[in-house]
Amino acid sequence: MIGKKDLEHIGWLARIELSEDDKEKYAPKLNCVLDYFSELDKADTEGVEPAYHILPMSNVFREDIPTASLSQEEALSNAPKNQDGFIKAPRMM
Amino acid sequence: MYDNPDGVMIGLEVHVQLNKLKTKVFCGCSTDYHNDPPNSHVCPVCLGLPGSLPVINKKAVEAAIKIGLALNCKVEEHTQFYRKNYYYPDLPKGFQITQYDFPISSGGYITIEGEDGELKVGITRAHMEEDPGRLVHEGTIDKSKYTLIDYNRSGMALIEIVSDPDMRSPKEARRYLDKLRNIVEYLDIFDGDLEGALRVDANISIMGGQRAEIKNISSHKGAERALLFEIIRQKNVLRRGGVVVQETRHFDEAREITISMRSKEEAHDYRYFPEPDLVPLKISGWAPAIKATLPELPDARRMRFVEQYGITDDHAKALTSELKLAIFYEDVAKKADPKMAAVWVCDVLKGELNYRDLTVDAFKKEHMHTIIELLVSKKITEESAVDIIRTLLDKGGLPDEIVKEKGLLKVEGDIVATAAEEAIQENPQAVADYRAGKEKALNSLVGAVMKKTKGRADARTAREVLLEKLG
Amino acid sequence: MATTINELRERIYADSSEEIVTEYLEKIEKSKLNAFITVSKENALLRAREIDSQGHEGPLAGIPIAIKDNISTKGIQTTCASKILTGYIPPYDAHVIEKLKAAGAIIIGKANMDEFAMGSSTETSFYGPTLNPWDTDRVPGGSSGGSAAAVAGGEAPLALGSDTGGSVRCPASFCGVVGLKPTYGVISRYGLISYANSLEQIGPFGSCVRDVATIFDVIAGHDPRDSTSVNREANYSLALKNDVKGMKIGIPQEYFGEGTDKDVEKSVRDAINTLEEFGATTIDVKMPNTKYALSAYYVIAMSEASSNLARFDGMRYGLRVEDSDWHTTFSQVRAAGFGDEVKRRILLGTYALSAGYHDKYYLKALKIRTLIKQDFEKAFANVDVLIAPTMPYPAFKIGEKIDDPISLFLADVDTVPVNLAGVPSISVPCGFSNGLPIGMQVIGKHFDEAAILRTAYTFEENTDFHTKQPEGY
Repeated sequence: MIGKKDLEHIGWLARIELSEDDKEKYAPKLNCVLDYFSELDKADTEGVEPAYHILPMSNVFREDIPTASLSQEEALSNAPKNQDGFIKAPRMM
Repeated sequence: MYDNPDGVMIGLEVHVQLNKLKTKVFCGCSTDYHNDPPNSHVCPVCLGLPGSLPVINKKAVEAAIKIGLALNCKVEEHTQFYRKNYYYPDLPKGFQITQYDFPISSGGYITIEGEDGELKVGITRAHMEEDPGRLVHEGTIDKSKYTLIDYNRSGMALIEIVSDPDMRSPKEARRYLDKLRNIVEYLDIFDGDLEGALRVDANISIMGGQRAEIKNISSHKGAERALLFEIIRQKNVLRRGGVVVQETRHFDEAREITISMRSKEEAHDYRYFPEPDLVPLKISGWAPAIKATLPELPDARRMRFVEQYGITDDHAKALTSELKLAIFYEDVAKKADPKMAAVWVCDVLKGELNYRDLTVDAFKKEHMHTIIELLVSKKITEESAVDIIRTLLDKGGLPDEIVKEKGLLKVEGDIVATAAEEAIQENPQAVADYRAGKEKALNSLVGAVMKKTKGRADARTAREVLLEKLG
Repeated sequence: MATTINELRERIYADSSEEIVTEYLEKIEKSKLNAFITVSKENALLRAREIDSQGHEGPLAGIPIAIKDNISTKGIQTTCASKILTGYIPPYDAHVIEKLKAAGAIIIGKANMDEFAMGSSTETSFYGPTLNPWDTDRVPGGSSGGSAAAVAGGEAPLALGSDTGGSVRCPASFCGVVGLKPTYGVISRYGLISYANSLEQIGPFGSCVRDVATIFDVIAGHDPRDSTSVNREANYSLALKNDVKGMKIGIPQEYFGEGTDKDVEKSVRDAINTLEEFGATTIDVKMPNTKYALSAYYVIAMSEASSNLARFDGMRYGLRVEDSDWHTTFSQVRAAGFGDEVKRRILLGTYALSAGYHDKYYLKALKIRTLIKQDFEKAFANVDVLIAPTMPYPAFKIGEKIDDPISLFLADVDTVPVNLAGVPSISVPCGFSNGLPIGMQVIGKHFDEAAILRTAYTFEENTDFHTKQPEGY
């Protein structure tokens, strides 16, 4: 089950800031769902391969031939902040 | 046996960018972005726009197999891409498409010159992944008020080559990098001169402690410096009674130090899972076909040079240490005596190039032919040959012109004879001394001849002529 | 008002596409259903005029279509009904949009949905819930609620949605329209903003099977930009024959479980009887792993979603908050931009993939997925199609289930196994319960859309449930 510390850890891994209120609100619902997921434990999957892909496809490629790129304008068109053609983001530290 | 007194263990992760491919690894954006404005070689895929999907560049897979084979790895028959989930501004999707289980190749090795002889460094794996974008900071990363992002580089094909932690000193690390780069250059899948072509992350621990991971190393020299700094830093930590923590550190090239990057992040949890948007690769049969097309690799070429050209192993090793140099040498050896060519390319030209921070591209093979010919036909002295090489590198021109301008042609026999006679006449003391048994007195006579001929006489010839005349 | 493609084509030839589009736009404007997030008024009229002057070429020429707002439309805001994508205007069209445009279809607007397609009721949309035209106190289903409500409410004759765990079939069932989820890989996902990429497919809505087949023909087919897109030629409209003689119908017992409403069970069983009258035979089949399907589905979907939604950071598009350092800003944008349901699913998905839990949840769910696929394969060894209820009950009231996550999950019990197996399924109206539509789904083998279309078409040709329309619409 997920406790407060777990929730903080997951919140950090998921990069979603959680207020104290959020943590209180979410924890019971998350635990309720996890409880439901314990159904999974009842299934016997000994020797069963995981289905990473549902269709038996393989070897899909493209040739090494250039295609049109977006213009710099199109690339930046949705960025809220940009400078000299770069996308501007907050400082790292 | 190398002592390894500090118990240094170094592992290197080298990222080779396949910048000779025409397109990126998962999209068709062109790879020649180096002189273009930022964010001008991007598309929904490499920009990570919602709804975009990756498609694998077949040539990138072939290149990955080439590298695996050249590093003596086993190439997998079934391989798959995975998502590595983490957050960084240069990573547009919030995950990197890379490989985890079933990497395309693994379990290889390369041999380098270790501290105490030949050292086999294990290659854990060489796998495919995509490059993130490029970050630009105002000043240094820790002081910059903002981060600028250019996604031109995002999505370039990378091969990540992970070594076993078999290196025991910064020097061995440096040699590993040189050898690895050499091998990859020979495969002709990357241009090492372009920015970002080869990047190194180093992992180092001492005394069996935790390892520090050092990122942002962009040169072999930088790697050596970073590792030297780290050994000192870690020893200092231990000396102060502390414990070295496992962390990521950023190498500041300018200050030659490493800075801790630790934020709230503890050990990374990348939550790897197979990339649902890419189907698996079944490539049995590809490796043998590609192996047949591999070019001659450095070690094989070195052995061939010794056999084919009769040169020393030392020369062969030096000449094959760079692909361009090896090709240059063979071109020269086509028209000139291979042994002389080895001496003049390896011992002389390389030294002059290094001194000037130039590559062998700065010198024409025809010029080397001419110079060697002049030497062989005894038309110039060895000193003059060196002079010509230096002049060509510094000022340009043609060897024949330089010979004329500087009057470097060795003087004819009678001019030497005349100068010798004059020298004998003008230096009676030296002659007397020599006749009295002082061998060294001959040197001053030779010197006089050289002075008279303005250095153009061949010293050996001058000596012989003097001896003749002195009887 | 004309609602099928054929009827519209007649009207377009008689009058003009511009007139048609104008009528639909007026209807949308007056509507209380909240089926649309963005209405593409100018562009739609412009395009209609263009097509009128160019001469109506193409199977969908001049016909308006609503597009679920998680499908990228160049130059038109695409929000996934989320605050975090406010103002995002894609610089490219999804593959299906390119195909629709080439066929002459007119994009009339972006349809409302559950935020990031996470939900079964369209109640989690940042833009408010969509109402069910059959009873505006009730949900239209989800997550493609806006698309289905638009078609049912006469605001668009056709629509596109996406189906990850039932998100096309559920609203089709609740709104009394036809909705199709194709075999995984048949319709390109290039441009579909991912929720759970190994499970989802774009699917068409229409008021009859023929219209759905027509859209399907236009948008299906190989796309080299989607590595999971299959290379198969097919003409689905040709499958529309009024004939089920010899068709073997499997009835999976597990889909008629105790949570199934009595009216729903009766309608579906009556529908099966109708098909038997026309020459089909039925066999009871067992699909023993069905009981694990919901858990497996949600673990897989949430895990993939936690990764697919990692790119929403407010740097290159969408919401941006006041700057702190990068990691903090990133977390704050997502806290402010995502709704509660989305956040919870991302958190759970992150948990299910995280070190120590990966095998217990994610890997286990994938193994169960294999078992469920095998259930279908075993069943199809003896039958051509499976028929089951689409939803265990008709549309519920708005607000009734939104606070109870498990209850809402259970709504998907009959639809998620289909996505896990990757097989095709079509939902068609087959009855009513107190005036609310009931849908049945016809499920086929991989790539056997022909069988399910034929079965659905035959049923439709011999009944009139699909002709009923909500009062006032």
